[in-house]
Amino acid sequence: MPGLTDRERLRTAVAQATANALKEAEIHLPDDVKAALRTAYAAEDNPVAKSELEAIFENIKTAESRNVPICQDTGVPIVYITIPPDVPFTDAITEGVQDGVRQATVEIPLRPNVVSPFTRDNTGDNCGMGMPAVHITPGKTFTLTVLPKGAGSENVSALKMFLPSETGGITRFITETMLRAGGKPCPPVILGIGIGSTADGAAALAKEALLIPLGDMNKPEQEIYDAVNALGIGPMGLGGKTTCLGVRIREGGCHTASLPVALNVQCWAARRATVEVNYP
Amino acid sequence: MTDLSAPLGDEVLTLKAGERITLSGMIYTARDEAHLRMKKEGIPFDPRGAVIYHCGPVIKDNTIIAAGPTTSARMNELSGFLLDAGVRALIGKGGMGDTVREELRGRGVYLAFTGGCAALAASRMTLKGVFFEDLGMPEAVWAIECRDLPLTVAIDAEGGDLFRDVRLQAEKIFDKMF
Repeated sequence: MPGLTDRERLRTAVAQATANALKEAEIHLPDDVKAALRTAYAAEDNPVAKSELEAIFENIKTAESRNVPICQDTGVPIVYITIPPDVPFTDAITEGVQDGVRQATVEIPLRPNVVSPFTRDNTGDNCGMGMPAVHITPGKTFTLTVLPKGAGSENVSALKMFLPSETGGITRFITETMLRAGGKPCPPVILGIGIGSTADGAAALAKEALLIPLGDMNKPEQEIYDAVNALGIGPMGLGGKTTCLGVRIREGGCHTASLPVALNVQCWAARRATVEVNYP
Repeated sequence: MTDLSAPLGDEVLTLKAGERITLSGMIYTARDEAHLRMKKEGIPFDPRGAVIYHCGPVIKDNTIIAAGPTTSARMNELSGFLLDAGVRALIGKGGMGDTVREELRGRGVYLAFTGGCAALAASRMTLKGVFFEDLGMPEAVWAIECRDLPLTVAIDAEGGDLFRDVRLQAEKIFDKMF
């Protein structure tokens, strides 16, 4: 684009990538999530559970054919960016993300969800007061991932600071949190769990765990998956075998006197998309 | 499967928790802020036989783009005045508390619509009007005509409550597990 400064070109490229990624995420569910829903359907024999999953399948198809968001809670935009060495880490990136979110809010459209915490005044464009949340790390390629996060599932997320000797209590903590949550987070859910780091670090790891596609689980993930599904809460809390589609754990080093455990709950509409940023 | 048409009457009294139904006719969206406003300033539509939908839709150019249910439990302590005024059904997701179950007894039902199914809902809805638009898009009261909305009776008018039954069973399983 002639006539633009490098800074303006960077901002524009990030804005376009953000808008593109949001459009993909809000309308098309990732293949691994669709596959997990199909597996769940095959396992269910409860007629209410089956009909809830049938509505979900019809909804996924309807969103794609009408080119509209999967869920009306289009979430708050959480954005993860990796920048290669030749891209300057400046506010052109964060401002570009905001431009892209504003554009997507009008074009897709997204529901304006961002409000002031006390006055509840809506900013109208999903930006403002630190939103969207942008996480930037160095990387080889310039990629941008969006994770639009709805409130029904976010609201039942939890953090517990365990004693270092209490690793055996983690499964119980997660299962009890899901028992209390019941149908509120729109099960079948995906559980992102952060173990270790600090109180804030574990919470960040839990959300980042949701970026890992569903598939084979390790032993602790499988143990939590089995315990949560044994509850029988089922799709939408109306009963059934599938309360959780998958569990993903991310670990971080922690203080020798600490064992932080954070749970970030993701509804079945696990929207995420990654795009390359077209820059330089 | 029972097909219901709003405004509703005594036909809701014989529905049973766990039953699948479809609903057509007028429904009114309301979330936390709309409940508080209606309680203070009055209900802006005829509440007799009316259906309340716990939903904050996405609307563009007077068209419903996406309109799935929101978590009903937030309205647990805000719904009594609507049922007193003649509302016959609440639609939402996640279930409601003991207060609402008792308030529904002999009067109305709570219907579960599959959470997240906003595109499916919108494909069966036509926008008819809006009240309290100053509350913002999610919190305003949108008047919507729906066609064949697929729902599960979750709380019936005799105290039957599918969410409660599932929760009690899950609590028993949890106690055995740990």
